[in-house]
Amino acid sequence: MRNEARFWFDLGPMEAIPKRGARTVRTPRREIAVFRTASDEFFALENRCPHKGGPLSEGIVHGRKVACPLHNWIIDLEGGEATGADKGCARSFPVKLENGRIYLDMGVAAPA
Amino acid sequence: MRKKLVVIGNGMAAGRVLDELFRKSPGGFEVTVFGAEPRVNYNRIMLSPVLAGEKTFADIVIHDEAWYAANDVRLRRGETIVAIDRVNRLVRTAAGAVEPYDKLIVATGSMPIIIPVPGAGLPGVVTFRDLDDVDAMLAAAAGGGRAVVIGGGLLGLEAAAGLAAKGMSVSVVHLMPTLMERQLDPNAGYLLRCAIEGRGIEVVTSANTKSIVGDERVSGVLLDDGRILPADLVVMAVGIRPNTTLAKNSGLDARRGVVVDDFMRTSDPDIYAVGECVEHRGACYGLVAPLYDMARVLAGQLAGEEGAGYAGSITSTKLKVTGIDLFSAGDFSEGDENDEVVLRDPARQIYKRVVLRDNKVVGAVLYGDTADGAWYFDMLKKGLDVGPMRDTLIFGQSYQGGSPLDPTAAVAALPDDAEICGCNGVCKGTIVQAITGGGLTSIDEVRAKTKASASCGQCTSKVETLLAATLGDKYVAGDRRPMCKCVDLTHEEVRQQIKAKELKSLPAVMQELAWKTSCGCPSCRPALNYYLLCAWPYDYRDDYQSRFVNERVHANIQKDGTFSVVPRMWGGLTTPDELRAIADVADRFRIPTVKVTGGQRIDLLGVKKEDLPAVWAQLNAAGLVSGFAYAKGLRTVKTCVGSDWCRFGTQDAMGLGVKLERLLCGSWTPAKVKLAVSGCPRNCAEVTVKDVGVICVDSGYDIHVAGAAGLHVRATDVLGHVATEEAALEHVAAVIQMYREEAAYLDRLYKWVEKTGLERVRAAIMDDHANRKALYDRFVISQRVARRDPWAERAAGRDAREFAPLAVLMPVAAE
Repeated sequence: MRNEARFWFDLGPMEAIPKRGARTVRTPRREIAVFRTASDEFFALENRCPHKGGPLSEGIVHGRKVACPLHNWIIDLEGGEATGADKGCARSFPVKLENGRIYLDMGVAAPA
Repeated sequence: MRKKLVVIGNGMAAGRVLDELFRKSPGGFEVTVFGAEPRVNYNRIMLSPVLAGEKTFADIVIHDEAWYAANDVRLRRGETIVAIDRVNRLVRTAAGAVEPYDKLIVATGSMPIIIPVPGAGLPGVVTFRDLDDVDAMLAAAAGGGRAVVIGGGLLGLEAAAGLAAKGMSVSVVHLMPTLMERQLDPNAGYLLRCAIEGRGIEVVTSANTKSIVGDERVSGVLLDDGRILPADLVVMAVGIRPNTTLAKNSGLDARRGVVVDDFMRTSDPDIYAVGECVEHRGACYGLVAPLYDMARVLAGQLAGEEGAGYAGSITSTKLKVTGIDLFSAGDFSEGDENDEVVLRDPARQIYKRVVLRDNKVVGAVLYGDTADGAWYFDMLKKGLDVGPMRDTLIFGQSYQGGSPLDPTAAVAALPDDAEICGCNGVCKGTIVQAITGGGLTSIDEVRAKTKASASCGQCTSKVETLLAATLGDKYVAGDRRPMCKCVDLTHEEVRQQIKAKELKSLPAVMQELAWKTSCGCPSCRPALNYYLLCAWPYDYRDDYQSRFVNERVHANIQKDGTFSVVPRMWGGLTTPDELRAIADVADRFRIPTVKVTGGQRIDLLGVKKEDLPAVWAQLNAAGLVSGFAYAKGLRTVKTCVGSDWCRFGTQDAMGLGVKLERLLCGSWTPAKVKLAVSGCPRNCAEVTVKDVGVICVDSGYDIHVAGAAGLHVRATDVLGHVATEEAALEHVAAVIQMYREEAAYLDRLYKWVEKTGLERVRAAIMDDHANRKALYDRFVISQRVARRDPWAERAAGRDAREFAPLAVLMPVAAE
């Protein structure tokens, strides 16, 4: 059953990503970082810090934020916005958890 | 003729449907209830107090015999329905009896999950679901002995507490690292564990049950790690699963549970389902509140009312163990510090956390004081704007209203006999007298004079406020800097408390030292991880998610997201074979830049993350190991050639350098540590700008400390002189251990020496021989677990997922 324009791609079980951590998903156009918080919330952002393109997937996840490993910009996982005085936004993508598995909306992340 | 309503199941959901139905439409149906259990409807969630001996069965009966008679309900207890004939609209019992229906309610509830391990069927293994289970447990408990409860959730803990109250010696085995992880955050989980252990119950977390052992009946539980927990009784309380067998066999649509719409209708228009057996909008519920919501909707349907359907439930949880107060509701997942309010009172074992989004309560976790649980839950369900009371929200309902107090005014308003320092029992009056009478102006003076805030330090900010209130403008706040915005204590104070209170985990530190955030920040988490690792090298498990990327992946991240790889060259020495191996790696992995570093070794720059394990494996094969060039730890020991070759050399500088590097390698330190050894005072190895160094002279070895040559340039101080190479090794390791144990995270060694004083370090290392020996011994002990090659471990497959993408999506070639 195709759910409208959405194409939920199964990324695997939630345990594949450590709590307070991230893993990457590579698509032809971009790399996406999928984050898991301490309490099992999942978020997906383009794996590029809006500052100098640092790989956000390598940052320290705290609360609903991640600290970019290059220059410590703090990026909000929910919308990808830089917090504090910094300005910029990493693109975010729809992701969901269902029956313990993570799904990324490839209709948005990697359109055909 | 009245319509026939048949109910399969006599649990709490079914009972509530009938209660509501009889109120809305008295006498509307002729009702028959089939219950598999041979008894009337009782309150299943109160089985724990029955087990604990606090209540009897009579206390928890919901509908007694008289109720069934008064409402003209035929209760067919002990009769199990085995089939639904949907064509002829009748149900069939196990004994073969049939009963016709016009409307049917499936309320078959749920089944306890039995984990499929060998021995699960042995006598003495029970679940915790109905009164028969409780009777079985009580019978076992009567003989004393040992019980193992598998499952550290709500049900498991209630069972464990009940069995312990009955005199059994109880262990709880839980798969996850913290108890009740689905209802509690790790902080509340920590407090809960303390309380459960306080009752003499052993808690074993991160433990997977491999099998249940015993010949004729259970004798123990075997864990994955090989441990056997002896047991006369094993309680499986790992969860429940909707009981859908009958519905599925009857062809009703069922997935995890029996699928119902918002009006509790199944795929058959004459059949409804309610309670724990249903799946509504993808969700199954195991708590009582949602069952009651469903029951109300279903009763309305049966009574022919038009009303809003069931829209799903937000649930809250309370643990029913006497003396442990715990509440959780809604979404208490990690928020950032702007979106949550946290209150911790370590002395009273209280933790409260209210999570806000857009000024609305979306979740709450309360431990120790749950009086306001219902209030928060109510605001959560109503979606009230709590912005105006945000400042006092965490104190609870009774603190609302009135204008907020300025903290200085609040302290000034305290009576003289108000206790400020709980550890040393110091009252406000005593402190004020000491300030005015003794002319005190600083927090340190107040500490020295009155002992206030001299122990755990948590009242420090209160004492400072008191100083400000007493002295007015004359008070100049000291340069005492809290570790980060998550806590009021300094780095040094946190380190002292970790040792003094024997805190051995991140949640333990955060609770006992009153952290103001639920899971820290990128500044305090790496610091705490280091402090715990240093304090408890054998007990603490390194938290990789609290480490900066370089230390997590054992390589240095570069500006383009690639990494650099630096193998050790002990003392700056290498061999043709090593150089060939490095050259081969650089060729094979197309490494773009190969550079000689300032620390006398070779840096391979531009390595892709997924190539790291293969690069390491190839370097390992040539005997090269991680150089820790990425670590807050020992980096390099730079040497000159010394007496081996140099005509001025006085001692074997290369040999000592190699020995030092082998002794110190792998240790984690507050900041990076660089060493050097020079063979004569000409100092070609530039010892005088290193953290620690040795300059060889004719008569022995001068030990240097506290140099720097980065952002800050500082020449070393000479700590002292020793005669032998062996003594030099011991002195250097002792200095590094003292630095490891005392310094604030990210303070380089020179900074620590400047803060603590060179004389103090000299006295501790050069003069106090017993102390130096003890420092050296502690260093050697901690090195036993630290001195491993992280590259070899990862080349062999450890943390493999760290180095591979979760998924790779490439376009499929067009046909």
